[in-house]
Amino acid sequence: MSSRLRWRKFVSGFMLTMTGVCTLVSVSVLFFILGYLVYHGGTSISWNFFTKLPAPVGETGGGMANAIVGSGKLLLLATLFGVPIGFFGAIYLAEFSGSTSAFIIRYAADLLNGVPSIVIGIFAYSLVVLPFKQYSALAGGFALGLMMIPITLRSTEEFLRSVPNALREAAMALGASKWKTISSVIVPAAYRGILTAILLAFARVAGETAPLLFTAFGNRFWSRGWTQPTASLPAMIYTYAIAPYDDWHRQAWAAGLVLLGLILVINIVARAILSRGIAVPRS
Amino acid sequence: VATTTTTVPSAGPVAGSRSFLSRLREGDEIARMITFLFAASVVLVTLLLVFELWQGSALARHKFGFNFFRTSTWDPIFDQFGALPFIYGTLVTAMLSLLIAVPLGIGAAIFLAELAPARLSDTLEFFIDLLAAVPSVIYGLLGVFIVVPLMRDYLQPVLKNSLGFLPFFQGPSYGVGLLTAGIVLAIMVIPYIISVSREVLLSVPRDQREAALSLGSTRWEATWKVVVPFARGGILGSIFLALARALGETMAVTMVIGNTAIISASLFSPGYSIAAVIANELTEATSNLHYQSLIELGLVLFLLTFILNGLARLLIVATSQRGAGMGNA
Repeated sequence: MSSRLRWRKFVSGFMLTMTGVCTLVSVSVLFFILGYLVYHGGTSISWNFFTKLPAPVGETGGGMANAIVGSGKLLLLATLFGVPIGFFGAIYLAEFSGSTSAFIIRYAADLLNGVPSIVIGIFAYSLVVLPFKQYSALAGGFALGLMMIPITLRSTEEFLRSVPNALREAAMALGASKWKTISSVIVPAAYRGILTAILLAFARVAGETAPLLFTAFGNRFWSRGWTQPTASLPAMIYTYAIAPYDDWHRQAWAAGLVLLGLILVINIVARAILSRGIAVPRS
Repeated sequence: VATTTTTVPSAGPVAGSRSFLSRLREGDEIARMITFLFAASVVLVTLLLVFELWQGSALARHKFGFNFFRTSTWDPIFDQFGALPFIYGTLVTAMLSLLIAVPLGIGAAIFLAELAPARLSDTLEFFIDLLAAVPSVIYGLLGVFIVVPLMRDYLQPVLKNSLGFLPFFQGPSYGVGLLTAGIVLAIMVIPYIISVSREVLLSVPRDQREAALSLGSTRWEATWKVVVPFARGGILGSIFLALARALGETMAVTMVIGNTAIISASLFSPGYSIAAVIANELTEATSNLHYQSLIELGLVLFLLTFILNGLARLLIVATSQRGAGMGNA
C-alpha cells in the first residue's frame, strides 16, 4: 500500500468517524435536556404543584393548577379553531380544487407556517386584543389555532392524497356521490394519518410561549371565563425562570418537566399511531 | 374516442356527466362550497396578517423611513426609534448559531444518510424529531440555568485567555450575551438541518456513489466529492430554513441575550434581538409611534423569514427532483 493511499484511507476513516461524533453530540442533547429536567424538576414536583394556585411573592410553596387548566383551555380553543379549517381545507385541496386555487392555498399555508411565532402574537394582539381592550383566553386560543392551521392542512392533504385512487373509483362506481365517497371511504382510510397530523400540530403549539405573551397574557389566579387573562404553563415557565426567587426557579423546572413530558408523549403516541400503518394497502 | 372530455374520478376536480342539480341534491356542490370556504379562509387570514403588519406600521414607516434601520437610538420617551442594535443582535446571533450548527448538522446528516444502517438511522432520526419538538421556552430554561453559568465560569474565561487578543473575546463575562444566545440557537436549529439534509442526501441516486467508488475513491471521497455536491442545493436550503428559524426565535433568545440595546464588537457583551424587543415592549408601548415601530420590526422579521423560507423550499424541491429525475429507484 502506497503512503498516498494509506493517507487517503486515514482521512476517510477519520472524517467518517467525525460524522459519527457529530451525530452523537446532536442526539445526546436530547438526553441532556431530559436528564436536567428530570433531575431538577423531579425533586420540585409534588401534589401541590397540580392542585394549588401560585403562592404570593415571598412565600414558598404553591403550585400551578391555574396554569395547567389555562393551558388546557387555550389548547381546546386552538384545536376548535385550527383543526376544522385545516381538515376541511385539506379535503378541498385533495379532492375538489383546481390546480390554480390549490397552488394559492398551499402557498398561503406555507407562508403562514413560516411566520415566526412572535409575529403571530402581534397579529392576534392587533386583531383580537386591541379591539376588545382585553387580554383573553380567546385571543390566545386564536393565536395558537392560527399556528395549527398550516400544519394540520398540509399533512392531512398528504395523507388524503396517499389513499389509492382505486378506492375512490370503486366507491363512485357503486353510485356513491363524491361527498359520500369522501366521508365514508377516503377519510376513514386516511384517519390514522390525519390523527397523527392533528396530534403533532397540537404538540407543536402546546409549548408555544411567544404568541401568548400579548394575548392570553398570564394570571396568578383562576381566570374567570374565556374573556379574562389566562395563565398557561409555557408563559409561567418564562416568568418564573427569569424571576429572582429560588422557589420560583424550582417551580419553573417542575413546569418544564410536565410540559416537555406531555409534548414528548404526544409525539411518541402520534408516531406510534402512524407506524401501525395506514388502514389500506398502498396501490 | 379521443374527443371525449370527461375524466375518471380522481383526486382532481370532477366534471362528471351528472347535471348540476343532481350533484347539488347529493350534497357534492354543498360539500365543495363548504370545504372551499374553509380553504379560502386560510388565504384570507394570511392576507389579513400581511395587511395588519403593513397598515399597523404605517406611522413608523413614514416618520423614520430608511433611518429606522440606520440609527441606534431607541428612546420611547422622546419618541425616537432606530432599530440598528436589534438588527445587529439578531444577525450576529443567527450567524453564530449557523457557524456552530452547520458543520455539526451536516456531519450528522452524512452519518445518518451514508453510514448508519437503516434501522439505526431511523431510530436516531426519531430522536432528532423529538429534539425538534422541544419548545423554545424549555431551551430558554436550560439556557438560563445551565448554559449561562457554564459560559460565565468556564467557556468565556478560556476564550478570553486563549483568543483574548481578538476584539470578539474581550470585556467582562456576564454569562448572558450574544455568544450564549448564538450557542442556544445553534442547539435549537441543528435538528432542522439534520432532518432536511438527511432527506436530501438520501435522495441522491445510488449510481452516483457506486460510480465514484468504482473509480477507486475512498468512502469519504465518494461522499464528500460526489454525493454532497450533488445534494448541495438542498443542503443550502436546509441552512436557509435554519436561518429563518434562528432569526424569528423569541423565547430562548430573550432569556439569554441580556436584553440591552447596545452594539459591541465583543461577543461576550449583552445584546438585544428583534424578536426579544417585541416580546418585552409590545404590551408596554406607551405611545402610538412606539407601538408602530415594534410592528415595523415584526414586519421586518416577517419579510426576512418569508424570503428565506421561499428560497429554501425552491432549493430543496429542485434538489430532490434532480435526484428523482435521474432514476433513483
